[in-house]
Amino acid sequence: MAALEDDLRARDTVAAQRAAHAGASPARPGDPANAIELRAVTKSYDVSKAGLNAATFAVRRGEFVFLVGQTGSGKSTLMRLLIKELEPDEGRILVAGRDISQLTRKQVPFYRRNIGVVFQDFKLLPNRTVHDNVAYALQVTGSSRKEIRAKVPDILRLTGLSTKLHHLPDQLSGGEQQRVSIARAFVNHPPLLLADEPTGNLDPETSIGIMQLLYRINRTGTTVLVATHDHAMVDRMRRRVIELDDGRIVRDELGGRYDASPDVNTAEFGALRSGDDEPDFDDAFND
Amino acid sequence: MTIGFFLREALRSIRRNAVPSFAALASVLVTLLVLGVFIPIVQATTGAANDVRGRVLVNVYLQPDAPKADIDRVHALLGRTDGVKRVEFVSSERAYREERKKNPEAYELLGSNPLPDTFRLTPDDPDEALKLVSALAPQTPGGGRTTADPAIESVKSSKDDTQKILVATRVVKLTTGLLAVLLVIASVLLISNTVRLSVFSRRREVQVMKLVGATDGFIRWPFVIEGMVLGALGALLAVLLLGVMKVALVDPLVADFALLAAPDTIGFGFLVAVLMGTGILVSALGSAISLRRFLQV
Repeated sequence: MAALEDDLRARDTVAAQRAAHAGASPARPGDPANAIELRAVTKSYDVSKAGLNAATFAVRRGEFVFLVGQTGSGKSTLMRLLIKELEPDEGRILVAGRDISQLTRKQVPFYRRNIGVVFQDFKLLPNRTVHDNVAYALQVTGSSRKEIRAKVPDILRLTGLSTKLHHLPDQLSGGEQQRVSIARAFVNHPPLLLADEPTGNLDPETSIGIMQLLYRINRTGTTVLVATHDHAMVDRMRRRVIELDDGRIVRDELGGRYDASPDVNTAEFGALRSGDDEPDFDDAFND
Repeated sequence: MTIGFFLREALRSIRRNAVPSFAALASVLVTLLVLGVFIPIVQATTGAANDVRGRVLVNVYLQPDAPKADIDRVHALLGRTDGVKRVEFVSSERAYREERKKNPEAYELLGSNPLPDTFRLTPDDPDEALKLVSALAPQTPGGGRTTADPAIESVKSSKDDTQKILVATRVVKLTTGLLAVLLVIASVLLISNTVRLSVFSRRREVQVMKLVGATDGFIRWPFVIEGMVLGALGALLAVLLLGVMKVALVDPLVADFALLAAPDTIGFGFLVAVLMGTGILVSALGSAISLRRFLQV
């Protein structure tokens, strides 16, 4: 725990500086510091289903980005393209400066180990305990038992699940299951974390906890991309917002709200936005 | 670490998916049991059919009271004839003794011995028996028959019987062979389908594993090992049951029934090896092939 905590704090400072920097200037195409870059990416499904239409944007390393839009606007398509579950029809996707269409089938699993993924329906392995679910992500990479013994309890403590180590997923609440899935996504410390509607199945109270966790992970330097419907959450956090409509990017705004309409900033989570240390906030994680 | 990990994963998933695992095990057990009973039966039947075919004979009847010189001449002639495997001389007296033993009352009535001296020929190939008859007693244009030697009264292969034996044994061999092939196909389909079902019920799990960055091999091996373990267990149970059946039922009967004692029946050890091999291989292949579809994400 202590080691990870130190690690997180060390990265926090770096990330805070970066965040400040990121706030000042938007990501530019071709910048080597971009974590994700899409160039005119198009993906269409058979007939009526919406895909992605000439989407172009870039996300800097260490950024926290909300992806908003109605159901069918292409958010999930974008996520699935990024984990190479789908192939784009046109355009290029660069992750960490690398064109992912160049990856061979054999390389895909290794590519995915550098991306943490969190889903609305958690996608936990139903017949494994909390501990084993998280450990699986490490076993996949060929980690030794020693590493697993060191890392898994650490990350579970960080996500507030130390007491539920030996529970099965269906013995946990939705919020707890999502914490497990985040723990699994982050146990390898991937440079990029994707969350597709992470709070879609959760009540507002629980959602705040989940979003805090994602924010905390972001502050260690991990780039976080969250696709969401959650108006309240986006409005509170005031991070960069990319809005999709029918596969097109219709808005890309730093420190934006869910809706484009200009409004007075009444963010209850102002602290989240500025990246300051907020005692109440951090206490929520150390319970 | 890795092999141990795969083994642990396989055993865990058998434990966690007790019902589909049991179904797979049971289908291996049942099909191998049937196969294990059927293979020796097919072999024994084929062996018996071959044995019957081996008994097809051509009888060469000599003229009544043929002198010793004629008998020797005919013997030499038969020895030169193509397609004859074995020549056996049955004297008139011996034939009478043998026949009287079979049917004492009839021969009692008969009083004297009506049987001629006979040569029993065993043909090289039972299917060629009729050709041999024609060679020794060629058909004349008028429809009758001459003989290759004046001392030969007639040549018979009990045509009808021979024909029947040949057809019947061929049908038996073909039928059992066909049944065996069908049974093997059915076993393979049944086992691989059951394995497929249990893999299908876990396709979500496979999808999650892929998303976490597991390589195909990493996902596949536990499934294959699981299939092998279930196949081996099912085969082992089938073999045990077969062993019990052999000791309790077949062995006591062997003494009484020639069919069961057919010399070329498969050895029990070899049968066990075949069954174990089939069980393990089919289950493992079934797992690997069923998985292929779900790995394409």
